[in-house]
Amino acid sequence: MKETIDRILHDNYLKNIRSEQRVVTVWQAVILIAFIAIWEVASRLRFIDPLLFSSPTKVSQLIYEKIVDTSMLNHLQYTLFETILGFIIGTVLGVIIASLLWTWERFARISDPYLVVLNAMPKVALGPIIIVALGPGLLSIIMMGAIISVIITTLVVYSAFNEVDPNYQRVLKSFGATRAQCFKEVIFPATLPTMISTLKVNVGLSWVGVIVGEFLVSNQGLGYLIIYGFQVFDFTLVMASLVIIAIFAALMYKGVEKLESWLIKHTT
Amino acid sequence: MAFLTLDNVSHYYFSTTGYTKALENISLSIEEGEFVSIIGPSGCGKSTILSIIARLMEQTEGQIKLKNEALTDSSLNIGYMLQQDYLFPWKTVMDNILLGPKINEQITDQTKIRARQLLADVNLSDTEDDFPSELSGGMRQRIALVRTLITNPEILLFDEPFSALDYVTKLKLENLVAKLMKSYNKTAILVTHDLGEAISMSDRIFLMESAPGRIAKTFVVPEELRNEAPFFVRRHPKYQPIFDEIWNHLSDDMSDENEGDD
Repeated sequence: MKETIDRILHDNYLKNIRSEQRVVTVWQAVILIAFIAIWEVASRLRFIDPLLFSSPTKVSQLIYEKIVDTSMLNHLQYTLFETILGFIIGTVLGVIIASLLWTWERFARISDPYLVVLNAMPKVALGPIIIVALGPGLLSIIMMGAIISVIITTLVVYSAFNEVDPNYQRVLKSFGATRAQCFKEVIFPATLPTMISTLKVNVGLSWVGVIVGEFLVSNQGLGYLIIYGFQVFDFTLVMASLVIIAIFAALMYKGVEKLESWLIKHTT
Repeated sequence: MAFLTLDNVSHYYFSTTGYTKALENISLSIEEGEFVSIIGPSGCGKSTILSIIARLMEQTEGQIKLKNEALTDSSLNIGYMLQQDYLFPWKTVMDNILLGPKINEQITDQTKIRARQLLADVNLSDTEDDFPSELSGGMRQRIALVRTLITNPEILLFDEPFSALDYVTKLKLENLVAKLMKSYNKTAILVTHDLGEAISMSDRIFLMESAPGRIAKTFVVPEELRNEAPFFVRRHPKYQPIFDEIWNHLSDDMSDENEGDD
């Protein structure tokens, strides 16, 4: 008897959670549909200039055409490749630099003001220099995607290194561990969750770097499509590119989030 | 011949705003197989002594000798146990225990057998594949003890290892540690603020005073208490007299401090 009452209480609890979830989902759908509907209607009734702001039907028609003739796929592949590579290079390089800073504390103190300046600096402003140095091509754009996240990764991971409870190192040093052994056994594994969570931030940053890079030099990619659409006054193309970017940036973020929880589960 | 000797050891802590003299002319010697305790008010430099013996820091002045030879970084195999277990949460119990051998690149089948033996000694045989988070505080501290013992240290340094535990667990662990130290004939130094714990576990007690940290007095625990398990020492007729004697010195110290404040 008692057990059935307990189960009913639990069922009610689950029911409440589910109905709350339903309300949230419905509202999310309503907002999306309303946005598209208002955009479409406003464009047709010329509340907004359809030449500048296009309309959902025109945008979706264009996306459909571009998918069918595979040109969208090419641009998308190009941009995705640059972004993924950029954010992996940025993260790995940031972790490596942070490790070097930890290894040589004096080096860390010396480089501190430079890191502060580099961090404060809007990295996309370095775009022209990077392009001049590495040539107008894939390499420059990947570098843009990487450079935007490398400094912040360095700073975040380095400060995480320093926040590891020193008593773990005391334990190791009492066994006679060297600094390198302390790094391998404590510092690195203890900060792995921090490193993984920088991935999530960096994936967003790399999109910025790559799109700006494509603005500047590319003749392929979604950033290029935006700037091309702007130049030839084809704002349906601009909007279509934005929609694609929004979808894939979100998917990538979700993917990294999944990767994060998997890594956390399997490494700690 | 004394096993470990501290000869006029002093230690300063420096900071940008000045310095503190943590230890002043500490001289003491410990025999092999002896269990000594250091008690005193917080901030008297008890833990600093352990850190210096463990070579985690260098004393500012004075000498430390191991069997009449100057102590160097590698000459002493020590086991250091802290207030908390500091088991590595991402490692299994077995991997935690094998940390010391791993650091010294001495993992053999024999070390693993020894690890299992020690685990059995502390009644935790079936936990070797568990993660520390799955164990209770007392179990974790026992694992930390095994991790300390596996390298077969010549001297064990205990920095309030029982103070974070509940009372029952603490008493049980005291018994266990005392028994293990006796059976392996280990030299040990215990830092504690629990007078009863110091009396029930050790052969000699150093009472320290603070600012600067100094040894105020040394007490020898009566012969009859030394071989009893800590739990029974507390009920022994000889327990209360020495407790009172040390207590009087402790409270003298406190009244001194109060006068100083006026």
